[in-house]
Amino acid sequence: MINPFAPIGRGFLGMLAEIGRFSAFVGRTVAAAVSPPIFFGQLLRQVMQIGYFSLPVVGVTAVFIGAALALNIYVGGARFNAEQFVPNIVVLGITRELGPVLAGLMLAGRVSAGIAAEIGTMRVTEQIDAMTTLSTDPFKYLVAPRVLAATLTLPVLVLVADIIGVMGGYLVAVNSLDFNGAAYLRNTFDFMEPQDVGLGLIKAAVFGFIIASVGAYQGYRSNGGALGVGRATTNAVVVAIVLILAVNYLITAFFVE
Amino acid sequence: MTAKLQLVGIKKKLRGRQVLDGVDIDVAERRSLVIIGGSGQGKSVTLKCALGLMKPDSGQVLVDGADVTKMPEEIRARVMRKFGMLFQGGALFDSLSVWENIAFRLINADNVKRGEARERAIEVMRKVRLAPEFADVRPIELSGGMQKRAGLARAIIAKPDILFFDEPTTGLDPITADAINDLIVEMVKELGCAAVSITHDMPSARKIADEIAMLHNGKIVWRGPAASIDSSGNAMVDQFVAGRADGPIQAVV
Repeated sequence: MINPFAPIGRGFLGMLAEIGRFSAFVGRTVAAAVSPPIFFGQLLRQVMQIGYFSLPVVGVTAVFIGAALALNIYVGGARFNAEQFVPNIVVLGITRELGPVLAGLMLAGRVSAGIAAEIGTMRVTEQIDAMTTLSTDPFKYLVAPRVLAATLTLPVLVLVADIIGVMGGYLVAVNSLDFNGAAYLRNTFDFMEPQDVGLGLIKAAVFGFIIASVGAYQGYRSNGGALGVGRATTNAVVVAIVLILAVNYLITAFFVE
Repeated sequence: MTAKLQLVGIKKKLRGRQVLDGVDIDVAERRSLVIIGGSGQGKSVTLKCALGLMKPDSGQVLVDGADVTKMPEEIRARVMRKFGMLFQGGALFDSLSVWENIAFRLINADNVKRGEARERAIEVMRKVRLAPEFADVRPIELSGGMQKRAGLARAIIAKPDILFFDEPTTGLDPITADAINDLIVEMVKELGCAAVSITHDMPSARKIADEIAMLHNGKIVWRGPAASIDSSGNAMVDQFVAGRADGPIQAVV
């Protein structure tokens, strides 16, 4: 007789095994990142690749989100005669939530997928095995620089996204909603507190770590040629997005409570 | 003669299938052993177990008499510095130039300055008859034969004690394949190292081997001098050497 609970149990055990493998991978990555040799050249290359080259996509996302946020808050605020709170809520929403989350999601698509595809291809073409036979630890040369670079650069990207997002709101408020520019900026800076930006930056660092480690994990474990690399890339994006959203809630709840 | 590398009773199961079922091989200094066998018989897994890329379920991998499977990671990594490996597809790093590939170990593991590493890489390129003008191009721009030469140069640059070759002539035309075989023989002699190759290309096996061992169903079923391969007295070896579909080995199609 078929036990209807068997597939559920198998799935649950499989998930626990995957969590265990990922935890071991992260542990090995952290150990590789903090012990010599550190491949600074690789780290610098990844800072450029992950940080610098992601600036356009993060900037464009932030300006449109800031602008749309200002419009929505204006409409919502008008129901309570509270239109004047547009700058306050825009800066709060951008710095605490939308800046880090949207930058994280954009980078989950751009960076996590890229890392999974690159490392996955290296895996299936035996380049990672070759690296091992050349007395070089792939965790130190490939994985750790990517994870370090993403963890360090995402807060900088989010800071840029915060500024651009607020400017997006400012442009719409001043040009379409008849706000006074100087008053809008004064309200923004008077209302914003350092912990708002700080919370966003903490989130960004955690998201950067998630994005790179999930991408590297999926790529490192890929097999089965092009199909396997494709699967690893898809998994990297999906898992990174889900983890970012879940961890975002946990961090927010921790700091709010 | 003391074995440079010895595999004793290596067993390995993958996805429920017993791929290696007690493999015993050894190779002495300045000797070249070629393992032949059909596809899926465990040749690559044998090589990966010997190289430390895969952990056997049981058995010993002895390098100069010391079992590397029981060594702490740091000491094992030091022993693995004695190895050089030419991969089937070359396994050259796409993101690096040819000379950076060849000098990868010097730069990243041996802390050799880039200038000196480049000079040494170009010197080895000349040895494997790869023109120095290809030093700065990406591996993708090289032909299959050139990629093998670059892979060979990368394998020998640190003067290994044991060289491994995974299907060194696969995908090459017969003339290029023969040139690669000549290079392998020349390099093994020049370095004075032990060599272990896996192949199903018989002309290649005859050319580069001092001894040939046949792997079938995860076991070594025959081993002998390369010169005696045609008079092995083993039906499976005879079938494989003759390339016949009928015989004790069932063709996998």
